[in-house]
This record gives sequence, structure tokens and C-alpha cells, in this order.
Amino acid sequence: MGSQAGSRRPFPFASPLSFRREHEPINARETAAPPIQARGLLKSFGGIPVVRGIDFDVLHGECLGLLGPNGAGKTTTLHMIACYVRMDAGQLLVFDMDPRRAPREIKRRLGVVPQEDSLDPDLTVERNLTVYAAYFDIPRAQAEERAAQLLRFVQLEDRAREPIRHLSGGMRRRLSLARALISNPKLLLLDEPTTGLDPQARHLVWQKLRGLRQGGVTMLLTTHYMEEAAQLCDRVLVLDRGEVIARGTPADLVRDHVGREVIEIHSAPELSPELVTRLEELADRVERSGDTIHLYFRDGRSPAAALPLLERLDFSQRKATLEDVFLRLTGRELRD
Amino acid sequence: MLAARRVWQRNFESWKRFYRASLVGNVLDPVLYFVAMGYGLGAFVRPIQGEPYLSFIAPGLLAGVAMNSAAFENTIGSFTRMEEQKTFKSILMTPVSITELALGEILWGASKSLLAATIFLAIIAATGLWHSPLDLLLLPLAFLVGLLFGAMALCWTALSPSYDFFNYFFTLVVSVMFLFSGIFFPVESLPDWASAAAWLLPLTHAVDMARALHRGELTSALVPDLLWLLTAAALFSWLAARLLERRLVR
Repeated sequence: MGSQAGSRRPFPFASPLSFRREHEPINARETAAPPIQARGLLKSFGGIPVVRGIDFDVLHGECLGLLGPNGAGKTTTLHMIACYVRMDAGQLLVFDMDPRRAPREIKRRLGVVPQEDSLDPDLTVERNLTVYAAYFDIPRAQAEERAAQLLRFVQLEDRAREPIRHLSGGMRRRLSLARALISNPKLLLLDEPTTGLDPQARHLVWQKLRGLRQGGVTMLLTTHYMEEAAQLCDRVLVLDRGEVIARGTPADLVRDHVGREVIEIHSAPELSPELVTRLEELADRVERSGDTIHLYFRDGRSPAAALPLLERLDFSQRKATLEDVFLRLTGRELRD
Repeated sequence: MLAARRVWQRNFESWKRFYRASLVGNVLDPVLYFVAMGYGLGAFVRPIQGEPYLSFIAPGLLAGVAMNSAAFENTIGSFTRMEEQKTFKSILMTPVSITELALGEILWGASKSLLAATIFLAIIAATGLWHSPLDLLLLPLAFLVGLLFGAMALCWTALSPSYDFFNYFFTLVVSVMFLFSGIFFPVESLPDWASAAAWLLPLTHAVDMARALHRGELTSALVPDLLWLLTAAALFSWLAARLLERRLVR
């Protein structure tokens, strides 16, 4: 994975940001081991287990997604890596270092985009970046130069002198991303990077993250948007109640857990029991929730055979997505 | 420990944008005390220990104002940065450690004390109360007072669930010290038990030192007070860092 990352396309935008520190000698130890190695992570808050034995690696240059409903333990896992939450048990190595022993060395290599807005409201857009750079001991002149580059990257260059309160939600999130990148991080941790954004703002953030991934930045992101995971992640861990319940590439997950095609029938109450029985024979699986029936078809079976039975019904046919996997694995009841 | 200065710099950057408003308070505060206590009340009070009342209270008031500045900065100010603005959490995602964060906050509070004391000293000079160059030593003393009360305030901040809890701090800690640490009357004039209790108040030692310096007495008699303040400042700074760690890093 590490060598593959280097051969990826160069940055798709004008100002080349050296996210890989090419002029620095690369520490052999860091390139050998995966940036994150987690085994049996455990964490409880007030006696309530939140993370219950999670194992995973994040490899060089890949984007790993932690996907799960609220309360699945995604943010807690991310905070353990960021040395912000201490694990109760398990083994965690970030760049081959233990967060309990070398938090400063680990954090020096990390860029974090937190879930909640934590931009500094007392400072201008540009100062948010340069003040943050100072926490990493980046000299002022270098910080200003890099801040200017990053503001161009996230398309906020004409907002540099404005206060944070003038920015929209999407702009703030882009600025949070720029802030996380100010120290040339080797690993980017993104906690629900597009939650609460409108579709335009979300797509812009995705575009930036894809650019970074192509530039070889290793990423770990949490999300409950299936489309986000499908768009950005090489591999996905599906978490539920603090445990990994599935893992794989988005395509493999869809194929293994749901199949290829889905038919959604929106007027379930109108269906006769005989028709439902007939459909159950044709599809691999039939699932009913509220007034909707889902029919899932794997590679061997075709939805075409079912279509004549559905005339005059309100239905739609589509490709299976991660969302189907997610709902299949975590159930349809509300979480919160 | 060096990264503490980055936290200080962040607060300085923020203060620079709004400094005019806070300077008004720094100037008005001592002027109001001088007019009310010195000229108003002082007109009815006999000289104390051979000094006119205004001259008697001026150095202690300077220490009291230094206490107020840091106490305010490291309660309301720090709590806002921690809870409302999530600044502490952002900082903890960088190489800065929680101890450095706490120290940076306390140093910032002490800097606000130093600023307030500098303005206060200028007013002392302007009103003809300047005695000797030893008055300049009131400034490092004010900084030390700021470190101590900033650290105490940050401990309280780390324990406070909401802004409401700062009322207790200001009533039980700040007001008690302001009134009973010998700023307005010698603590020896209290009943024995009360003057013994006053020795336990950190500000008493600062007021003692401030008054001695203002009278031009720089003697070894100040050493116990100085050690008292330094030790308390160090202990509370350490405690503040541990309490913040308990609250923020779970």
C-alpha cells in the first residue's frame, strides 16, 4: 500500500502542497509498520462499555472508514488514536508508538478534524491557521505561507481577514480541514467531516478529501453517511455497539451482505400474502419494515422475474448500496 | 513546558483584537477605589501606622486588583475557552500537553494581573503616592499574585459544571480575601483567632509584602511571605493541570 500511494496521480490543483515530506528522509520504521495498529481496544465510560474489543490496521496511503450508527464507538476510537481518550485495555500503536507513552510525538504527526466546530471565534480565518501552526512550533513566516496555500486549497482565500462568525457551516468545515493540514500531517483523522452540511458543501469537502487521498495522505474517517464511505474509503469497518460487525471494501461489503440489486415496494399493506410468498421465492431475501418491503437479489438471481408481478404497485428498482448493508447489519430501529 | 507560551500567545492574539474595552476596566477600577476608599472614606479615617489612609491601602489594593484580574481571567475566560469555544480541545489535538495548556492559561492570567498592576502603579505615581524605586517591585509581586490566583481559579474552573459555580468562587474566595487580607485595615486589629485565620489567606502575604515594599522596606522579613506565595502558586498550578486532565482527557 505504501509504495502504491507514491505512484498515485499528483495533486489535481494548481498549488502543489507537499503533503508527503519528500525532502525529509523517511524514517524506515515508520514506513515499515502500518500507521495505526489496533488490537482489542476497550473503553468504558462510567461503567458503560463503549468500545468492546476493536481490531484494525490503517495502512499507508489508504482511507479507512469507521461506519456505524450513533453510539457505535466511532468517535471514542478516533479519540484514542488522537491521545484524547485513554483506552482501558488493548494494544494501540500509532506510527509504532504507544499513545500513553509518546502522545506528543504521535500528535506531531496527526491532523484532526473534530466533529464539533472548534475553530477559534476570537481570531480571523487566517489567524486560526497561523495560531494553530504555532502549537506545532512551525515558524511564523512558514506558517503564513502555508496558511495562504491552504486557504486557496479550501477556496477561502478571499475570506482570510474575516472573523469566523461570517463563515457558513460548509466554509467552517473546510477551514477545519485546512487547520488540520497546517502541520503536514502523515495521518488525517476526520470525525464526521460532512455532518450537517448541505449537499453542495458536502460534495466540495469530498472533492478536497479525494484530492488529499490521491496525494497519498493516510486517512481515518468516521461517518454515518454510507455515500461518504463509498465515495472516500478504500476499506470500511462497520461498527455497532462498540464492536466490528463487518469489514471490507465497500463493493465487497455490498456483494457479500446484500447482493446486487434491490427492489423497494412502497405500498406493502396492499400486497396479498400470496404475492409476498411468490416474491420470497424469487428474491434471495425479503425484508419488511413499516409500509416498505425490500427485495434483495444476489448475482445468481435476476429481479426481472419479479417485475411482472409488481405492475400497478408503487416500487423502485436500484443497485444495492452500503446503506442496505448498514441497515441489514445494524437493524432498522432508531439509535440515539 | 515551552509550548505553554503558544497557549499564552493564542490568548494574546485574541486579547489584541478587543484590548481597548478591557483597558477601560483596568483604568477605571483603581480610580473608583481611590476616589471611594481613599478620598471618600479616607477623609474620616485616622492615619494607620503613621500613614494617611490612601497611602496605607494603595499597595494592598494593587495586590487585590492583581488577584481580581487573574481570578476573572482564569474562571470566566478559561471556562469560555474550554466549554463554549472548545479551544482547549483543539489545543489538546496538537503536540501541546495538558500541563502546558494549564500553565499557558495561568501565565496569561498572571499577565493580565501584571497589566492591571502596571496601570495601578501609574495611578499611584500620578496621585503623588510614589515612595521609592522599590515601588517597581510591586509589579513582579503582582505577577506572582496573578500566578497564584490564576492557578486557584483554574482549579475551580476544572471543577465547575457551569458559570453559576463561579459565584461561589468570587464570594467565598475572592471577596473574603479582598476584605480580610489586610488591604483596608491591619489584620492585627482583628480578634486573635481571626488574624491567625487571615494568615491562611494567600492574599494576606501578598498585601504584607506590597505594603513593606511601598514603605521602602526590602528586608529578609519578606522571605517567608515570598516562599508562602511561591509554594502555593506551584501547588495550585500542579493541581490545576491534574484537575483539567481529569475533566478533559477521559
